[in-house]
Amino acid sequence: MKKLINKTLMATAISAAVAAGSVQAEDITVVSWGGAYTKSQVEAYHKPWMAQTGNTVVSEDYSGGLAEIKAQVEAGNVTWNLVDVELSDAVRGCDEGILEVIDSSILPAGADGTPAADDFLPGTVHECAVGNIVWSTIVAYDGSKTSGVNSMADFFDTAKIPGKRGLRKGPKPNLEMALMADGVAPGDVYEVLSTDAGIDRAFAKLDSIRDSVVWWEAGAQPPQLLADGEVVMTTAYNGRIFNAVAAEGKPFEIMWDGQVWDLDLWVIPKGAKNMEATLDFIKFSTGTQALADQASWISYGPVRKSSAPLVSSYHNQPDLKMAPHMPTAPANFGGALQNDFEFWADNQDQLNERFNAWLSK
Amino acid sequence: MSNAELTLTEDGIPLKQKLAKTTALQRRRAFLLTMPLVLFLVISFVIPIGQMLFSSVHNDKVSAVVPTFAEAIIQWDGEGLPSEATFEIFVKDLAKAKKVREVGRTVGNMATRINYEMPGSRSLFTSTARKAKKIEAPYKENLIKINKKWANPAIWLTMQRAARDITPAFYVAALDLRYDEEGNVVRADELYQIYLDNFIKTLGVSALITLICVILAYPVAYLLSVLPLRQSNLLMIMVLLPFWTSLLVRTTAWIAILQTEGVINDMLVFLGFISDDGRIQMIYNQTGTIISMVHILLPFMILPLYSVMKTIPPSYMRAALSMGAKPMYAYRKVYLPQTLPGLAAGTLLVFILAIGYYITPALVGGEDGLLISNLIAYHIQKSLNWSLGAALGTILLVVVLILYWLYNKLIGIDKLRFG
Repeated sequence: MKKLINKTLMATAISAAVAAGSVQAEDITVVSWGGAYTKSQVEAYHKPWMAQTGNTVVSEDYSGGLAEIKAQVEAGNVTWNLVDVELSDAVRGCDEGILEVIDSSILPAGADGTPAADDFLPGTVHECAVGNIVWSTIVAYDGSKTSGVNSMADFFDTAKIPGKRGLRKGPKPNLEMALMADGVAPGDVYEVLSTDAGIDRAFAKLDSIRDSVVWWEAGAQPPQLLADGEVVMTTAYNGRIFNAVAAEGKPFEIMWDGQVWDLDLWVIPKGAKNMEATLDFIKFSTGTQALADQASWISYGPVRKSSAPLVSSYHNQPDLKMAPHMPTAPANFGGALQNDFEFWADNQDQLNERFNAWLSK
Repeated sequence: MSNAELTLTEDGIPLKQKLAKTTALQRRRAFLLTMPLVLFLVISFVIPIGQMLFSSVHNDKVSAVVPTFAEAIIQWDGEGLPSEATFEIFVKDLAKAKKVREVGRTVGNMATRINYEMPGSRSLFTSTARKAKKIEAPYKENLIKINKKWANPAIWLTMQRAARDITPAFYVAALDLRYDEEGNVVRADELYQIYLDNFIKTLGVSALITLICVILAYPVAYLLSVLPLRQSNLLMIMVLLPFWTSLLVRTTAWIAILQTEGVINDMLVFLGFISDDGRIQMIYNQTGTIISMVHILLPFMILPLYSVMKTIPPSYMRAALSMGAKPMYAYRKVYLPQTLPGLAAGTLLVFILAIGYYITPALVGGEDGLLISNLIAYHIQKSLNWSLGAALGTILLVVVLILYWLYNKLIGIDKLRFG
């Protein structure tokens, strides 16, 4: 189905380009996480950009990580032009030289005239990457079946709320959430995690619900687990849950306490072709309007300050205002924790190993 | 023996010599025919395996990034901290390396390499590199001022180890060992031990799968070999049909059958054997891995057994029985020994396939049903620690070769009959 959509898109774009008499149409391959998230990007970035430039965007899905980028770069056969990655991967990939440096001075000023350097939220523009959204890992549950989920502690309390829980298979951000459930304030989480005792404490908390955990790997799984009744609650990416509610009418609720938020950024694999078109796409897609449009398809927050006032309601439901559903909305942001990319760059190998050992025992 | 006694050919060369020459030429020509296969094997098998062996012991991420420093630190005696001169070289190399953006030669590459052995040190390198240009003499003092972790001798010992391109470090990690602060190899903390247990589990699960395959396949193969043609053909199709079906289809079918909301659980609940809350977890764990792998590997046991059993004339058993042997005795003394070559071939085939199996455990293994190949894939695809993946792969290869050697000693490879 996805392919069909892409093909239709391509066909539309090509015919549009032909009609416009454009001769310099170029193809770029933009890679993202699939599902509702990719759809929001296709609607807000790809389609308008293709219409404006006559170029073609081929959309591909992947499941995160640097492995494929590294393989393409090392084989000298780079077929991807632009990839949507998490912050820790952007930093690591840049450090290891497998990403192109992106000159941040190319970024246009905001629609209200604010220079790009002030318009982007702090920390969202990096040597090799340009941010586009703020997303978050939250706890979701089926409001028609489960109630009383008020804090991260409740998620880890199988006596209070019995039943299976969905968790992402991996230490991140389960360790952070476990510590917050154990009473660590969000601001102290990474300090505690930097000690062996802190890691033990997080794993002990995970251990307490271990028999009730269903592990998920792809972002599309948690809403499905909830819908199938396989779990009573699950961690999930907030936009996926929002999409299940807004587009499919599911009775899911989000518990924002203890949310762990992160960025998604555009990066260019080293040696990618069609640089000019790719950079143009970056400029377009991280512009004030495009970011605001993207937020009308899924509840991920734009990284430009100037986009916030332009975010209104869900694309086909004027009554569904988007602002209260953003991770950064004041009501949701109280107990929030930003994922610490440096902590994970330093410790992910070791913690993955311990997590895998813990899982297999 | 004198020349006169030899039979000569027309041109006076001894016949034996001439014959040897002609056949050698023919042999060489015949060998040329195998060249495509030889080339294919070299390119697709020998070179990759060689590369794997090489990258499991070779990692130049330190000497490629800070070459002058790598030479200097190797000379260090390991007492206290390195000299001021070594610190100076390090700072200057680091400042130079910061500007490099070539894949495999950046500070990040070195930081990742050191971080494998000293978790948590990665950002020490990347953050210091950002400031390296501005660091001035006295280098030792100023470096430690930037980050006091530089005063820890362990970090310099780790760099000294990593500065050598040929390193046993990845085998140390693959065997659940680690270097302590003084550089001695010790057992890793139990909480971080994962590979040895998994190797043992992989061997155990593969042995169990092989045993179940033998028990299931032997009677089926026997039936196949003795039934009249019409029935045996039908049976054969039933054996081969799954064999021809895609691996993914078969694995997914098992998911549909075994999952908690699946066919078997539904039936058991319907019949009242279990309650709706007490559904049995049969997949996404080791049980699931074993069940689906037995099903997938069964034809590899049935077919060699069948091909051997087919050649055993029924008259042998009849002869033994007619001479007064009890059925069990006749079977043990006459029939079973003749099926051994097929049994041996099937066992070897199933066991070796099982030990390196990847896709089925990945799909239905859940958490405890993962085998060593899944961990190797994890390091190749996710953690990007290719050297560790290569070391694990090499250990797996060695284990298989040892088992093969043992098998040859016990049974004899020349006795195998695959069909």
